[in-house]
Formats: sequence, structure tokens, C-alpha cells
Amino acid sequence: MSDGMTAGRLRAMWAQHALRERAGAVVGRGEGLFDGPGWGSKAAHALAKTWADKPGIRGFLKANDHKRTGKRFIVTAFLFFSAAGLLAALMRLQLAFPDGRIVGPDLYNQLFTMHGTTMMFIFAVPVMQAMGIYLVPLMIGTRNTAFPRMTACAYWLYLLGALTLWTGFATNTGADAGWFSYVPLAGPEYGTGKRVDIWNNLVNLTEAMGLMVAVDLATTILKMRAPGMSLRRMPVFVWATLVASIMIIFAMPSVMLAANLVQFDRTFATHFFNPAEGGDVLIWQHLFWFFGHPEVYFIFIPALGFVSTIIPTFARRPLFGHTAVVLSLIGTGFLAFGLWVHHMFATNLPELGKGFFTAMSMMIAIPTAVQIFCWIATLWTGRLHLRVPLLYVLAFFVILVLGGMTGIMVGAVPFDLQVHDTYFVVAHLHYVLLGGAVFPLFGAFFYWFPKVTGRLLDERLGRCEFWLFFVGFNVTFFPMHLLGLAGMPRRIYTYGVETGWGTLNLIATIGAVTIAVSMLLFVVNVARSRISGERAGDDPWGAPTLEWATRSPPPPFNFVALPVVASRVPLWAREADEPTHVSGLSAQTREGLVTTVLDALPDVRYSYPSPTIWPFIAAITVVLWLYWSNVTPSGMWYGLIPPAIAFIAWYWPTKKETAEQLLLQRRP
Amino acid sequence: MTGGVHDVQVPAGAQAQAIAELWHVLLPVCTVVFIAIVVALILALRRAPRITENAAPDVSSLWQGEPRIARVVWIAIGLSTFLLAVLLAASVFTDRALAQLPLADALHIELTGYQWWWEARYDDPDPSRLFVTANELHVPVGRPVIVTLVGADVIHSFWVPSLHGKKDLLPGRRQTISFRADRPGIYRGACAEYCGYQHAHMTLFVVADSANDYEYWAARQRAPAAAPTSDAAKRGHDVFLRRSCAMCHAIEGTSAQGRNAPNLTHVASRMTLGAGTLENTTANRAAWILDPQHFKPGANMPPQNLPPDEILALNAYLGTLE
Repeated sequence: MSDGMTAGRLRAMWAQHALRERAGAVVGRGEGLFDGPGWGSKAAHALAKTWADKPGIRGFLKANDHKRTGKRFIVTAFLFFSAAGLLAALMRLQLAFPDGRIVGPDLYNQLFTMHGTTMMFIFAVPVMQAMGIYLVPLMIGTRNTAFPRMTACAYWLYLLGALTLWTGFATNTGADAGWFSYVPLAGPEYGTGKRVDIWNNLVNLTEAMGLMVAVDLATTILKMRAPGMSLRRMPVFVWATLVASIMIIFAMPSVMLAANLVQFDRTFATHFFNPAEGGDVLIWQHLFWFFGHPEVYFIFIPALGFVSTIIPTFARRPLFGHTAVVLSLIGTGFLAFGLWVHHMFATNLPELGKGFFTAMSMMIAIPTAVQIFCWIATLWTGRLHLRVPLLYVLAFFVILVLGGMTGIMVGAVPFDLQVHDTYFVVAHLHYVLLGGAVFPLFGAFFYWFPKVTGRLLDERLGRCEFWLFFVGFNVTFFPMHLLGLAGMPRRIYTYGVETGWGTLNLIATIGAVTIAVSMLLFVVNVARSRISGERAGDDPWGAPTLEWATRSPPPPFNFVALPVVASRVPLWAREADEPTHVSGLSAQTREGLVTTVLDALPDVRYSYPSPTIWPFIAAITVVLWLYWSNVTPSGMWYGLIPPAIAFIAWYWPTKKETAEQLLLQRRP
Repeated sequence: MTGGVHDVQVPAGAQAQAIAELWHVLLPVCTVVFIAIVVALILALRRAPRITENAAPDVSSLWQGEPRIARVVWIAIGLSTFLLAVLLAASVFTDRALAQLPLADALHIELTGYQWWWEARYDDPDPSRLFVTANELHVPVGRPVIVTLVGADVIHSFWVPSLHGKKDLLPGRRQTISFRADRPGIYRGACAEYCGYQHAHMTLFVVADSANDYEYWAARQRAPAAAPTSDAAKRGHDVFLRRSCAMCHAIEGTSAQGRNAPNLTHVASRMTLGAGTLENTTANRAAWILDPQHFKPGANMPPQNLPPDEILALNAYLGTLE
């Protein structure tokens, strides 16, 4: 549909809604109130009353405002990031000198397993999804995500899963089979005790969380965009979240399935992975990496979205090659599913097949290259406002490109056979994951902190932290390339003097301490700025996207009236005759506007679910079910009863809500 | 302690050499691309004017194209794609070179990975010429070696950086790796797949000897253990068979035929103890027998609570097993 027609339909809608504002139809209790400026402050008050989560502990447990859920996710993920970072520091201290005796093999194996598991499952994926939960509704101009209860439930599943994994670690029952948990090491015969069971539970819980949030975000993005925000006007970060969410929906079931097959082997003595009974140890690796490789990309793609958001704001111009960047994101999403085998080049796979995966591994560099060139072109033709978020993005360029180069190297089968499972790969993966995801994430923290809290992070402290992090990062991880070439395998808790690896390891440890100091500065900066930082105002950066059109921090209902979008940069370019907003949604019940997938034309009104305690209770029952089934196989069946009750109660309609819905339907 | 060469960039065999040549293509190409992108970024930063306040945005690009900059971007994309194709071709040709190692008159070894040691069975058409050793391979220089890889418990990975890339030892699947050592020397290898508690102490040495030296070594390995001659050694021999040693270890030529631990027929000829944990000296051997858990916690060998004289005798006997 052409833009002209879209605008015409929108104008008609606007007129209709304005008409309804004047008519003041009666809805529910007494006089009906609708959103929009037509009702003055009355509408804002009514909206605030309708959308705010209730105070108190019950209100806390029932909360389903996407901003609250998103913040909880981000804070939790950051706490676990710090904890896993401390584990890494401990590993670095152990390896600083040959024959280190700080920790023994038992603890060291738990350290790297917990570090990897926490960073990948409890930090990276959730934090990227959390940024989406917080930002997407604001960026697309709606009042909540499509399924806020489900996302609230996802948070509790995630929190409980993460806490039980760490409780296991605190009681010396930490998982110790690696974050990849290869069988047979994780199987019933060699992975004795409850360590791997707890790990499998965590995978089930975090992947369920990931799927629930992904479904919520994808639905929100496809169906709840502000009128006029056709796909071609959708912000790049929203595109990135959409691509990542769809990837999650395809990738995560694979690892859940695999983890449950292992759990069946462990609980019911099945033989999926037992070669003596016709099972196969490689199936696990295929199922794991069919998830594991796309996982890297659905961590990386939202980060690319941050970069594509931050650069235009600070270069004061729209992104160069918007369409090319979006197509690259989608292309990356597809290609990411075609290279899982490059984690398995040392197993006995056919040579020709490996050649295919080499070609795919190199091909995926092309969409990333396209984006990098578009970003450089944007900077080249812009006027630069060099603030901390942009600094992080510039560091991202340097680190990610280096990581990409080593990625191309390890994509080549023969070379990978040498450096696979060595410190070369440790260096590579930290360059792409820290450089490609965590650096942009910190840029994003600096960029959106004023929106979330209403206050700016301190610029001077931010620069100190940035330089310490950037230098510390390179001092830590660059030497690891050389260690890998010098033959140092991964996951060894100690090494002898005769290996000659001592010096480079010591340098890496010094770098790790520097990173720790920079993280401490970040925490201090957040704590100080949260209380006494400079007030930000609604839009401190002069940014183009819709989240800056509302207050900082945003009110519970996000927008007094849903905005109407007529360009890719709605706050930068607006035509005089375009409507600015649509109004007429009920201010007394949680109403939203569903729009069409391609053109975002107003379609139907939607009633959001209200806060309820049941997502919280359901999450607890699911966690209990998993642990019950670990203790006794019959728990697998009897343990299902409490979740069944909780989920039925969750969906049980209340009389009051039904009456409100019926009234709204009769008198639109 | 024995070092041994273990460096991807110091190849000592045909396969490692081919991979090192690929590395010599990958490294310069990737370095040049990295530098080019960083330089472009720096130029962009130098060229673009700086502002300190939020200036009004320039949205003209929404309505008019930017053909000049677009052309540069297209050229950069084309160039990157071309370079990737070059690297892909280099990778494929290296793969072919690795697959074309001449294998005539190859030495066959079956290597089994256990938690946390290696067992090597030197194959021979004549079954009486088979022999078994552990944690140390000897190979003749210039003659290809085909190693059959067997995973006994969990997944391990065979990796000797100066000779070839790695290959996994998978339970339930047999596969082979072939390499050729072209220079005499001691090459250090390690288990490269995380295999549990003592993954760190699962070293394997490959000693490349001249053909004559290799034949001499192999002939000695084929021979059963020499009967003890000194009194201490005789006593040690008794201790070995009477105490728990023989439950797990084998010494050919005696009744000790345990298969759960390294074969000790010629243990004194090896360089290290505990798969690279300790140098194989008399003192270390005694210390190891007394308390292996001190050096390799979690290893399957329990501490031996033997009277000192028995330890001394046992050690004297093991010292004769050259």
C-alpha cells in the first residue's frame, strides 16, 4: 500500500476518534473517559490510575508494566554479569602464574562452567531481551507489550532458575560439565550427583523464559506499532529485536529438547546418548550448537540495533543505508542457522560437509561488513557529538572487527583444527561477544539511562570507565590469541612452567583486574547518578525515535495519546499536514490499538490483561516441578498438578473484567 | 621437566606445515582488512565536524540519495566479498593438501583416551609384534602415521600442534588422523576437549626419531619386562604382584595384567608420570606412588599406604623396567 493511501486512512481514523472525544460516550463506571489531549489532565490522571501497578509487596509480585519487568530483567542480568565476572577474575588469578594453587580442579571446573552458563544463559540473552521489553513499546508508540503477564511470568522463571543454579554453586553442587555440557561427561555415568540436573533445570527455565519473551516481543512488534509506522519506517533496533526474537523461537526448542533428552537419560535411564546401547554422543552436539550458534547472533543482533540507534543520534543525521542495514540483520538471522557445525570440525564429519560450513561461516561476514560500511558512511557524512555512548560504539568497531577477522580464520576448517578449543578461541569469542555485544550494551546503558531514570550518567566518570574497560579488555584478551597459537588448551586449571605460557597469562590477568576496576566505576556512576545526576529532561540527546517523545522516566501508560508516525525519524521529520496522534482509547480500562502487520493501519482495539499474582505462582510451581522430578522420577508426573492449577487460575476470567469488556464492545 | 615443542607456528610435519601456510595467508589478509577498516573509521572521525550541543539534525538524506558515498560502500562490499572468496579458496586447497598426505607404508597406532591418560597400541600384521604403551608415542621421521582414535569413556581430543590439528576421540565412533613428522624432536600434545576433573593433566608426547632409533625403541617395547636381578628389584616385583598394583596395571612377562591403568612394562623408558604431571625420576616415582592425589587430584589411582621399605623396593623394580 502506498504512503499516500496510508496517510489518507489515518486522517479518516483521526477524524473519527476526534469525533468520539466530543461525543464522550459512556463506558463502564459512569462517564467514559478517553485518552488524548482533548480531555486535558483528566485523561492523564485516569490513564495513570488505570495503568499503574499497585503499591506494596502484592503489587510488586503482580506487576506487569513492561518498564518494570524490563528494569527487573536488566538489574538481575547485570547482577549475575558481575557475579560471573568475579568468577572470571578468580580464574585469571589462578592462571596468572604456572602451577597456580589458588583453586583446585573441582572448583575451577565449576568456575568456568558457571561463568559460561551465567554469561550466556543468565546475562547475555536475557539482558538483550530485557532491553527490548523496556524499549520496544516506547519506540513503537504503544502502552505495553502484547502479553505482559507472560513476560512477568518469564521473569520469575528466569530469576528462580538463576538463583537455584547459583545456590547449587554456593553449596558445592555447581554444574561442572562446561556451559556446553557435552555428553557423556554430562550423562548419568560420568556426570554423577545433581550438578547436571540443576544445569538442565536452568536451561529449561531460561529457554522457556527466552521463548515467552520472544513471542511477546515479536507479537508486539508486528501488531502493536503506532499508526503509520509501516515496516519501512520501523526503527532499526526494533527490527533487530524482531529478527532476534524470531531466531529465538526457532533456536531455543533445540537446546530444550536436548537438555531434556539428557535429563531422561539421567532420570529414567534412557539411552539417547549411550553408544553402548545404540545412542550417539554427537547428537547432543548438533542439537546444542543448532541453538548455540544462533544464540551468539541473537545476542549480537540487538547490539547491532543499539549501534544503529546511537550512531545517527550523535552524527545528527538519519542512518545511511537504512534498508541495507535492515536487510543485513535479516540475512544474518538466516545465515546464523547455517554454521553450527563449525563448532564441531574436530569430530568425524564428512569433509565436503565441513567445506559447506566453512563457506557459510565466511559468508556471514558479508552482512556485518555491509553494516559496518553503512555506519562508517553515516559518521563520515555527519556532524559528531562525541559523548560516552558514541565512544562505546567506536570501541565496538575496533574490537568487533578484530573479532570478526579471527572469526573468519577459525571458519577455515584446517586452521580451526589447530586453534579449536584453545585460548585463540577464548580470545575470539570474547572479542565478538564483549566487543560485539557488551560494548554496545554499555553504550546503550549510557544512552537510555536518562530515559529510564530521568537523570544522566556522569560523563567524566563514564569516560574514565570507558578507557579502563577498553584498554583492560585488549590487555586481557589479545595475549590469549598468542597463547592459543602456542598450544594452550581451554579449560585447564593449571599449567607447568615448562610450557612457557606464564608471561602472557600474567599480562591477561593484569588486564582482567583493570576490567574489574572499570566495572566498579560503572556501578559507582550508576549509584551516584541515580540519586544526584544531572536532570535529563525528556530528550537529552535530541534523538529521532519515539521513546524520547514522552516523559523521562515514562509514565505507566507511556503516551497520553498514541503517536502517529510519518517517517523513519518521527521526532526529526514531520510533515505539517500529518496527524500527530490518535486518541479515543478508553482511559479507564487497559486498552490498546492493534495495527496491521505491514502498514500499521489501525485495525482493532485490544484489551490488555490486568496485573495478577498467578504468573508469579505459576513460575514457582514450574520450578518446584522440575526439582521434584530430579529427586524422584514420579515427580515428573505428580509435579505437574500444581502448575496445571496455577495456569488454569491465571486464565480464569473475572466477572468485573468480563463486564467491562462487554460494555466496551457494545459502545466503542 | 620435559618441555617439547607445542606451537602452531613451529610446524614439524607435513600437515602442520600445510596449516601454517594457510595461516600465512589468513594473517596478512585479515590484518590488512582490519587496518583498512580502522583507518576508514579514523578518517571519518577526522573528517566529520565536531559539535558540542545537540545541533539540528540534517534529514536531507531522507529525500535525496547519496550516490557518491553509496558507490564507495558498494566497492567496499564487493572487495570484502572477493577477499572472502580468496580465503575460502585457500581453505579448500589446504583441506585438499591435508587429505592428500601419501600413506604408503604407514605406521598404524590405535590410541584410546581414558580419563585422564592415553593408551597406545602399536599395530602390526604379525600379532606377536603388537605392543602397548601409554602417554608417549614414538614415531619414525618421514614415515606417515595413521592413528585410530577411540574414546573409552568421555570425549577427548588428540592434538599435537607441531604435527597436525586436532581430532576428537568419540565414544562409539572410531576415526583416524594421519600425520608425518618431518624433523626429529619431542612434540608435546594435550587433550583438547574438556574431559572432566583432570583435563589439565592429560599430556601426550610424540617423539620423532630416525628410522633406526625408532626400530630400536619399538624392539625394546615389544620385549616383555626383564626379570628382576637385584634383591631390591626382586622384592619390588613381589610387592607389585602382591599389593593392589596388579589390579589395574599390566607388566608383560608377569602375571600382572590389569587393564584399567597405563601399561608399565617399560615405564622407566618414559619421560613423565601421570600423563605429563611429573618428570619420571626415581624420587618423583616414589612420591607419586605414595600419593598421586597430591599431584593429580581426582586421578583414579588411590594413595598407596605401603611401608617405606616396600615403596623403595617397588620403586627399584619399576626403575628397571626400561
